[in-house]
Amino acid sequence: MNAQAPALRDPRFNRPEPFTPRDGGFFQRDRTIHPPAYAPGYKSSVLRSPRQALLSLESSISETTGPVFGHNDLGPLDNDLIRNYAKDGDPVGERIIVHGRVLDETGRGVPNTLVEFWQANAGGRYRHKKDTYLAPIDPNFGGCGRALTDDTGYYYFRTVKPGPYPWRNFVNSWRPAHIHFSVFGSGFAQRLITQMYFEGDPLIPVCPILTTIPDKDALDRLVAPLDFNASTPFDSLAYRFDIVLRGQRSTYFENRSEGN
Amino acid sequence: MPQPLNYLKETASQTAGPYVHIGLIPAMAGFDIFEKNFSNVLVTPNTQGERITLEGKVIDGSGTPLRDVLLEIWQANAAGRYNHPADRSAGALDENFRGWGRGGSDFESGLVTFETIKPGAITDKAGRKCAPHVNIWIVARGINIGLNTRLYFSDEEAANAADPVLNLVEPPARRKTLMATRSERAGKAVYSFTINLQGPDETVFFDV
Repeated sequence: MNAQAPALRDPRFNRPEPFTPRDGGFFQRDRTIHPPAYAPGYKSSVLRSPRQALLSLESSISETTGPVFGHNDLGPLDNDLIRNYAKDGDPVGERIIVHGRVLDETGRGVPNTLVEFWQANAGGRYRHKKDTYLAPIDPNFGGCGRALTDDTGYYYFRTVKPGPYPWRNFVNSWRPAHIHFSVFGSGFAQRLITQMYFEGDPLIPVCPILTTIPDKDALDRLVAPLDFNASTPFDSLAYRFDIVLRGQRSTYFENRSEGN
Repeated sequence: MPQPLNYLKETASQTAGPYVHIGLIPAMAGFDIFEKNFSNVLVTPNTQGERITLEGKVIDGSGTPLRDVLLEIWQANAAGRYNHPADRSAGALDENFRGWGRGGSDFESGLVTFETIKPGAITDKAGRKCAPHVNIWIVARGINIGLNTRLYFSDEEAANAADPVLNLVEPPARRKTLMATRSERAGKAVYSFTINLQGPDETVFFDV
């Protein structure tokens, strides 16, 4: 594991410090670990990338606040992709559990935050009218779900492993198997969409989208390792994926000028 | 080597891809899977404030509207307060207004609409009045990291002229890229906006 990888603390055994909302500004975003807007190897970015410099703002109340979600927003099967679209049986494919924690850059778990995910089926095809790949649609698989993290920032869901698929970038471009993730955090400035990849996939180094990320360590942090201990025997393998959102400072108090 | 500071690094962004509708607005993709869906309607009958429609397009470098884009908006209520525990300003909370919505572009026209209320003026940490505005976050195929921008209202000239964020935009001619233009349609206020990803009228995007 590299030095910057999030610590894999199992919330059952190691309760982290309690999370209290902070309302200071967010840490400056480190743009060197994110893909640049203009990344010509990923051709769709050419016409869709701003070319002017972004205007830097100090975090204001508009960015340090964000939508609050609760269990009322979710249905009981939302985090079970094996069941939430099943019509007459189980989806085809390798059954997996994906689990992990949403943390901020100070290592604190982010509780009660919405995590949404979507993916292709085991054959590598999305349930979308624009997806015309020759792999079949699975009648029992929708391919989307969502979960709220618990009070330690932990989330999990059950699904089938998505297949890789070809796409029109270079003539022979293939996406590695991946799951899209959308995460909120406690302030709108933490809003993040990313993708999780699977340990050992040989398509990872040749993917024009994944390699928009210039930093090798940042790229490695999108690759979920097989978590053999969390597997369910004779049922599902498990993959562990921790997500780190931007850190936030405490409000400045005159009687605590060092922050906390 | 000094001691390490032990901060974690933010997870790297990736494009939402062409099928963002499946995951985030499946109902709009004609996809009945969730019992409860998020939507582009932020108001209930009991929400306080002036009802408005926001209607806009996101235009790429060839002048073509994106028809696979997802926008999220986040805004204060009519009293200028965000529905979040970190906002402790004076305005009253409205329990019938979360202040957040998401909408996809129409698959044919590229139009994105929101049914919401006009937000009140916000007071920032320094006690300054900020002109009413809506925060926008944009993702789509080809957008590697979500884009942050804001919408201000064309009929708030005095407040806009004093707004601390608008006044940071140089040259001043670019401030108009953040303006939504008011018109009336069937007796209802419609604010129209255009977000240009590139070109001479490129919208001001923020590194927040």
